[in-house]
Amino acid sequence: MFNTALSWSDLVFLAHGAGMTLAVTAVSVAAGTVLGVLFGVIRFQLGPYWAAPLTFVLDVFRSVPLLIQLVLGNALQSIMKLGWPPFTTSCVVLSLYTAAYCTEIVRGGIDSVPTTTRRAARSLGMSWFQDMRYIVAPLAIRVSLPSWIGLTLGVMKDSALVLWLGLIELLRASQILVTRLQEPLFILLICGAIYFIISLPIARLGGYLEKRWSPND
Amino acid sequence: MFHYTFHWNQALKALPQMLDGALVTLQIALLSMAIGLAVAIALTLFRLSGSRILGALATAWIEVARNTPALFQIYMAHFGLGNFGIHLSPFTSLLVGIAFNNAGYLAENFRGALKAIPDTQARAGRSLGMTSLQAFRLIVMPQMLRVAFLPVTNQMVWAILMTSLGVTVGMNTDLAGITQELNARSFRTFEFFAIAAVIYYVIAKAVTLAARAFASRMFRY
Repeated sequence: MFNTALSWSDLVFLAHGAGMTLAVTAVSVAAGTVLGVLFGVIRFQLGPYWAAPLTFVLDVFRSVPLLIQLVLGNALQSIMKLGWPPFTTSCVVLSLYTAAYCTEIVRGGIDSVPTTTRRAARSLGMSWFQDMRYIVAPLAIRVSLPSWIGLTLGVMKDSALVLWLGLIELLRASQILVTRLQEPLFILLICGAIYFIISLPIARLGGYLEKRWSPND
Repeated sequence: MFHYTFHWNQALKALPQMLDGALVTLQIALLSMAIGLAVAIALTLFRLSGSRILGALATAWIEVARNTPALFQIYMAHFGLGNFGIHLSPFTSLLVGIAFNNAGYLAENFRGALKAIPDTQARAGRSLGMTSLQAFRLIVMPQMLRVAFLPVTNQMVWAILMTSLGVTVGMNTDLAGITQELNARSFRTFEFFAIAAVIYYVIAKAVTLAARAFASRMFRY
């Protein structure tokens, strides 16, 4: 195991793969969160009946395997002759996937703010937007940040699936090295360790915030 | 507008084949959940046992399962074990990978559920003369499974979705595998995968609804 054929440039190759994983994750989580906040507020404002179509569409994104979604997204963009590179397709699909989960988190967060608190804000003369900005947002973020961190980690791990579209991210990079060097266990262990190193500190932060911010616990 | 003719007929003709694949998918998901539940209960026991080594083993399992991608775990089973001369078929490596993942997440769910059960109950059991294993099995575990029931059904849906990853290690009998094979033969990617998506959606919804109906029947107080 220790007389390996793995060279320095192979490690750089892996690092590039990890960079790709991080890039896909960052773009998708950023776009997905913006969409998720938007959809979450819309869903809350419209109420369960009027928001039913939106709820259904978002539910589809959560009940169909991501791999199938990626393949469908890629097929659709080629049918529509958009000519997107795999990176764009992956990010679009992953963003929608993230948005579907983020909507639930945002809605839960807004739900957790007591109606009386919001009414008090409105009767102090705040507009709807002011109420959202100064009353709901601070309270809701506190409730939903731990699950949002969990979602970010989930997307980071799920982003491994973009290898199916030919994007060379961390897992695909290690698979290429495995094919060349024939040392599957060693290389996969390095790959797993990199995933672990990326996600463990964030997971710990999430756990810490959850403990620190949950009232009376 | 797209200059593309959809050939739904061709895809619909393959529907019986795909439904057969859906059965295999369900089979893998159920098996992996059964194994995962058993291992998760064992891991929970390890954590409660107070033994350093067993506790560390359980923690390591849970952390690895939750902090690496499921696809990585399947690769580990399929390619990684090859180093030890263990060569698993796609079916087995998919099953091992998903069961490993399930066990980690379920054990974490159980940990959350345990917080809802006062440890005075286990102590009361002990003072009635039960061994600690009996107290766990007869008093704590039934309540733990009840509290964790909804997270467990969520994990079941996850397991169904994860089975689609088998196609990356050459699995060709489950829904995703069959779809991929049909796709490779006809290049009607969108049609085949759209139908697969509908089937996955229906299965996932059916499992969720069945679990909800079961829970409202069983867990009425």
